[in-house]
Amino acid sequence: MLEHALRLTARKSRELLHTRLSYRAQRYLFIYIALGIPLLYFLSTRMAPILYAFNVSVREWDLLSSDKPYVGLANFSTLFADEIFRKSIVNTFKFVIIGVPGQLIVGLAVALLLHNVYRFRGFFRTVYFIPYVTSIIAVSWVFRWILMRNGWLNEMLLNLGLEPQLFLQSPRQALLLITLTMIWQSTGFQMLIFMTGLEAIPRMYYEAAAIDGASAWRKFRHITLPLLNPVLVFSAVIGVISYLQSFGQVLSMTNGGPLNSTTTMVLHIYNLAFQQFKMGSAAAATVVLFAVILVLTLLQLKVLNRKVEY
Amino acid sequence: MKTNKWTSTLSGLIILTLAITGCGSNNSSNNQTESTKQPAATDAPKAAETADTEKDVTIEYWQYEFPAKVELINELITEFQTLHPHITVKQTNFPYDQYNQKVATLVPAGKGPDIINLYYGWLPKYVSSGYLQPLPEDNFNAADIESNYYPLVDAAKIDGSYYAIPTAVRTLALFYNKDLLSKAQITELPTTWDQLVETSKKLTEVDAKGQFVIEGLAWEPGAQLHHWYRDGLVHQAGGQDLSEDRRKILWAETPAGLEAFQYLLDFAIKHKVGINGFYENDSNAFMTGHAALNIDGSFRLGSIKKDFADLNFGVAPLPSYKSKSAPSSFWANAIPKNVEGDKLKAASEFLKFLTSKEVQEKWVDQIGELPAQKAVATQDKYVNDEKLGPFINQLDDSRAHFFIDETQEKTLFVDATNEVLLNNVPVEKAFTDLVAKTQKLYDDYWAAVDKK
Amino acid sequence: MSSSRATRTSGKSPSDKLRTSLIYLLLAIGVGIMLFPFLWMVATSFKLPQDVYNLRLIPETITFDNYTAIFKKAPFGDWIKNTLIISLIATATVVVFDTAAGYVLAKFSFYGKQVIFLIIISTLMVPTEMLIIPWYLIANDFGWSDTYWGVLFPGIITAFGIFLMRQFMDSIPSDLLDAARIDGLNEWRILLHIAIPLVKPAIVTLIILTFIGNWNQFIWPLIVLQTESKFTLPVGIVYFSSELKDTSNWILIMSGTTISIAPLIALFLIFQKQIIRGIALSGMK
Repeated sequence: MLEHALRLTARKSRELLHTRLSYRAQRYLFIYIALGIPLLYFLSTRMAPILYAFNVSVREWDLLSSDKPYVGLANFSTLFADEIFRKSIVNTFKFVIIGVPGQLIVGLAVALLLHNVYRFRGFFRTVYFIPYVTSIIAVSWVFRWILMRNGWLNEMLLNLGLEPQLFLQSPRQALLLITLTMIWQSTGFQMLIFMTGLEAIPRMYYEAAAIDGASAWRKFRHITLPLLNPVLVFSAVIGVISYLQSFGQVLSMTNGGPLNSTTTMVLHIYNLAFQQFKMGSAAAATVVLFAVILVLTLLQLKVLNRKVEY
Repeated sequence: MKTNKWTSTLSGLIILTLAITGCGSNNSSNNQTESTKQPAATDAPKAAETADTEKDVTIEYWQYEFPAKVELINELITEFQTLHPHITVKQTNFPYDQYNQKVATLVPAGKGPDIINLYYGWLPKYVSSGYLQPLPEDNFNAADIESNYYPLVDAAKIDGSYYAIPTAVRTLALFYNKDLLSKAQITELPTTWDQLVETSKKLTEVDAKGQFVIEGLAWEPGAQLHHWYRDGLVHQAGGQDLSEDRRKILWAETPAGLEAFQYLLDFAIKHKVGINGFYENDSNAFMTGHAALNIDGSFRLGSIKKDFADLNFGVAPLPSYKSKSAPSSFWANAIPKNVEGDKLKAASEFLKFLTSKEVQEKWVDQIGELPAQKAVATQDKYVNDEKLGPFINQLDDSRAHFFIDETQEKTLFVDATNEVLLNNVPVEKAFTDLVAKTQKLYDDYWAAVDKK
Repeated sequence: MSSSRATRTSGKSPSDKLRTSLIYLLLAIGVGIMLFPFLWMVATSFKLPQDVYNLRLIPETITFDNYTAIFKKAPFGDWIKNTLIISLIATATVVVFDTAAGYVLAKFSFYGKQVIFLIIISTLMVPTEMLIIPWYLIANDFGWSDTYWGVLFPGIITAFGIFLMRQFMDSIPSDLLDAARIDGLNEWRILLHIAIPLVKPAIVTLIILTFIGNWNQFIWPLIVLQTESKFTLPVGIVYFSSELKDTSNWILIMSGTTISIAPLIALFLIFQKQIIRGIALSGMK
């Protein structure tokens, strides 16, 4: 009886072992397929192209000609001697410095307003979100039409007895206006992210603060903001990367003008590569952009980590 | 278990290195072979084709997207194919704004054309990149071109050979809105610099809020004014554009350059008869009746006829100063370097057809561009035409300046005017900067050419 | 939570009421700012050429001619078809690969997992713009330029999607999966029948975001596509508009932008619940 039971368990465990082995093989096969394909894919479409870009950046490469001599760092030195490239770096940072806080503030403001109302909340949320799903390019053309010299906005200004403005034709206004359209387009997304964050804050914190007689500002400053911090930092990181890559709006609204006041790094790369055919310089500019993004992201992640520990 | 972990990381590493090195070497070998691969690929069929001379051949013609030109070329292709049954011509078009980019993309990919239509200002860039071959001597020898064509075609002559040949050329002239002129009771058309200023001042209409209702003279540096300056105003004031060897910008060598620049800018800053961006641009402001005068090209005749048939307008030669000079320009057909054998023969044949007298005449009728050959252009029916006459009469005094890079040179010019207009930079300073920056562009270009 | 809100709203003081109406006023102004560009776009697209600079929001004469005209002028039909095909294929591949990879990264432990995860995540920091030059040269070398595959190849798997799926799969109880294993289900079946149904909202989010992203992507198609009939909508709009800009044909440009924007807005309005919930979810993780 006992012997029989023992034999049975032994067989059972052998069977188990067998299934476990085949299970293990199957498991690894699964892992290889599910992860190997993406890994190979990313190595070949992301990692290898970056190395390739580094390779191109040290060559003089005219798109139409076939020889591509090695020129060392010459592309980089011409690039930094180029006034327009330097300007494009400054402009790109302007987009980030105005755009990211702008987007966060507007998004947070709308989220807070919406958080305080209950009727029509769904309606407002939908409306504010619409710009986010529309094509940047199409929207840019609409803004261009509204902002042109004889456009709607100038006519309105005139009707109100105000001076018409140059808007996109002015080196002082164009960059700001493009940034505003970017904020306009991302408000809905930002608002949603913040609303989720706000809803996750336990109501009792506010109730406790209310008992203590805290003002609305103090509640915001000492409860809302600190608890929203992870969401804020996440949004800032994403925001910085996306504003660093400003291109479509600029290409469609000003094409970098007037006086290069809106030329961004990406637009400059595009022009170098596809208007002037200078692949080497364009790749060098790409490497610089990559370095900028890398440094900024690492910096921000550091800030993120510190905040989380705190 | 342990070995399993190791195998997985090991294979991961192998995959990683393979992907990086594999891709890297793949790409570079591809690039190296590309230059040798292409001729080899075209060599093989050539050898086969020489056995049978009447073998069918297909050539590709590329030009930019301009509806009237696309239609006419299609019509001409049909005609050409009946004359040469063994040749098939395929037309491909790309939008103007991205023309260069698309050409640059498709050519290395081996999808290049056999004849390509290029703006003359782009030619140096294409030639220095080694993309074009000189036109075949048998059909297009230099001496013939020089005796038959207007001298402005010289801009297509680079390093002593012609790389492209136009069907038609264009000059700039003064467009005027007849209704607006009679409303302002102007009967005399301006023929001098001063008269142009006076006339455009009289024609300018401003509303109570200080906004333009009618521009006296449309003013758009990004459109034709750059040409007007370099090939018109500078020469008229007694200056020159470029040195013989095409290396030095001469605007600042004589006072003429600055005088001309000041004259051009004064329309906007001193006389205030026009401004950029008014109703989008100069030609649109003129065609919609919001500008009384405009300096524009003969190519505009076609679009006015098509879209603004009711516009009551006339054309006059450009006003002059110390001498006459009119800007001109052209689109020309060129043959890429890798076209050879039967394709080259067919391309040359099609090119000959495109530059024939009858095609030039069709071009005038349907596009509004002027015949590139003197004998065709100076026929009575054109010279006496109310609209075409003024353009053609200016052809003898016309110039088409050499460009290193059309887009960049124009941008520098527009930027200089904007510095004055928007940043209150003194005209002299904007001018000096413009000369220096343009010269730098030329220096860089020639440095690269000399190195090769 | 909602019940506590209800109790709060019921007892209202006059200052509360004032505050609430102020909030509604601000929100309404915001609605105006958000919607006006679209209204003006649509209004312009129905105008007669002579009314183009007229400031009336509702034109005196409404014409549909502009829409018939633009379909004649440019291959909008092709552009819509191309954009749809590309977006659908990309969305399908992204969902398959990202879900599987996210699942493995979340629910399996094996040597080298962290490294692989880091490699994949680090590609998030590499922007598209950085890669266009090498991609472009690669596409040229392999003859992919001007093809659907040329547009598609950089986006058939996304690091963001893998990250998102990993975060969601993480919350699936491992016991549940183990139980399924003991029942003899193989890994593919477990993924398909147990894991995926549990993270359905996340997958819907992934589908929606990928679809929107592909529908609106611009810089890469602009570079890799050459011939007009192969363009996607955003690329087409740029060409179409740049050509018409010279004659300042804003009516037709606005008809074109309306056509390219309308399908996605319609899609959004149909699926707004899922989209909004999905994005809110992705923000939480």
